[in-house]
Amino acid sequence: MKERNRVPGTLPVSEWELRRKFLEQAELVPGGERISRCLQCGTCTGSCPVSYAMDISPRMVIALFRAGEIEQILRSRTIWICASCYMCTTRCPQQIKITDLLYALKRTAMDTGLYPDRFPVYLLSKSFVRLVNRFGRNNEPLLMALYHLRRNPFALLSLLPLGIELYRRGRLALWPSKIQGVGAIRRILAASQALEIPREREEPEYAKGMVGYRAVGQIPPAAAG
Amino acid sequence: MEYLYYPGCSLEAAARQYDESLRAVFAALNIGLKELEDWNCCGATMYMSVSETTSLAISARNLALAGQDGGRELVAPCSACYTVLLKTHRFLQESPELREKVDRLLGEAGLRYNLNVRVRHPLDVLVNDVGIEAIAAAAQRSLRGVRFAPYYGCQIVRPERGFDDREFPESMDRLFERLGATAVYFPMKTRCCGGMLMTTFPQVCLELVKELLECAVENGAACIVTTCPMCQVNVEAYQKRVNKEFKKTFEIPVLFFTQLLGLALGCSERDLGLQRNLVPLKTPLPAAVA
Repeated sequence: MKERNRVPGTLPVSEWELRRKFLEQAELVPGGERISRCLQCGTCTGSCPVSYAMDISPRMVIALFRAGEIEQILRSRTIWICASCYMCTTRCPQQIKITDLLYALKRTAMDTGLYPDRFPVYLLSKSFVRLVNRFGRNNEPLLMALYHLRRNPFALLSLLPLGIELYRRGRLALWPSKIQGVGAIRRILAASQALEIPREREEPEYAKGMVGYRAVGQIPPAAAG
Repeated sequence: MEYLYYPGCSLEAAARQYDESLRAVFAALNIGLKELEDWNCCGATMYMSVSETTSLAISARNLALAGQDGGRELVAPCSACYTVLLKTHRFLQESPELREKVDRLLGEAGLRYNLNVRVRHPLDVLVNDVGIEAIAAAAQRSLRGVRFAPYYGCQIVRPERGFDDREFPESMDRLFERLGATAVYFPMKTRCCGGMLMTTFPQVCLELVKELLECAVENGAACIVTTCPMCQVNVEAYQKRVNKEFKKTFEIPVLFFTQLLGLALGCSERDLGLQRNLVPLKTPLPAAVA
């Protein structure tokens, strides 16, 4: 998109940054490095129950990663439409943990603030995390309220009939049950924030060479300085 | 035998009848079930998209608590909790680096991660520990005449191979067929219901639910039997929305597998929380003792 006139086989700095962030996340997934073994067979896309609603199919996500277009992936709805049913991971002939890699991409998106336009899911994630941090447990009505109030308060009205029906049957807890150890959870969270500070990391093996697929991930010498 | 019990947030609210019927079934079979004290949210799939280490630590707190309690088997009936706790366990087993980090975090709460806790699904416990024959021997009523669609959902059998096949599990089919019921042909048994997509992308999710309902009804099921709170809510509570959206007339009961099992074991409808289901079960059950 930007920096179109770059040296073939090199990446603009912004893309290199995204790539570094994503690989950092992907490394946290045991077996995450297997992404380099993708055959582009398309089994993931064919197995996905929601691929028809995606703008970029799971197979294309890996193809775009290889082509050095992570920004395009992050701006797509794909990673957020995934309902994590793990069918692709189950069927992948190369044992790539596609679902977990999509989570790694979600985290990269949250970190960098790159979303598709008018976009909802990260709001739900954030609301969920707020609730769990406060009470230690989730509460469905409160989650819906937090989410919809920030997104579209009118949608809450359309949920009302179902809410009333569930309430009448005793299936709606209006307030979460707070746990005793919520202090412990907050200590864990505080400590984990300190751990999240980017650590010094080595270059991944495959970013060192300069031929074909290996070239992707290199900083152009000119931009590096 | 006694198991530790991790209910999970859904079983406190929208899936209360799952909690009630699970306790009733375990009581009827004389299996001990002790709720894990002060458990917290497993982190579900939402937390995973925020921070990996944090979400692993949050979910590992439960495993650490279970370890303190004697390192027994931890029963998690909600598929999302089950898969997240299991995933945490596997990740920490596979990666010493992650384990060290998580252990450090748990140390802040005075806990230590315990590798000896096993995460189990109640279906696994009932079919493989208790055994189908033992359950059949304890049955008070026959399920003859009940035609059901066995809907496992996705996360109970995936991503890693657990206690049953990842695409075509049969535990529930075998269990209920032995008790007299008929499992209809239901090729969508591990198809995803959409989960939280019902909130974020309702159109996509309604389509998935419609396909599931169609598949069950066309194959002659009188009820859908599921093992997961998200599946149950999406497939049951959103039937009206599906009907409106796609001009359909679905009205099929969606039971938790413990509710149907409890009926066979002679538990009362109230103990099984059947009155909490939005679409009532209409099939009359023969009272005959097997």
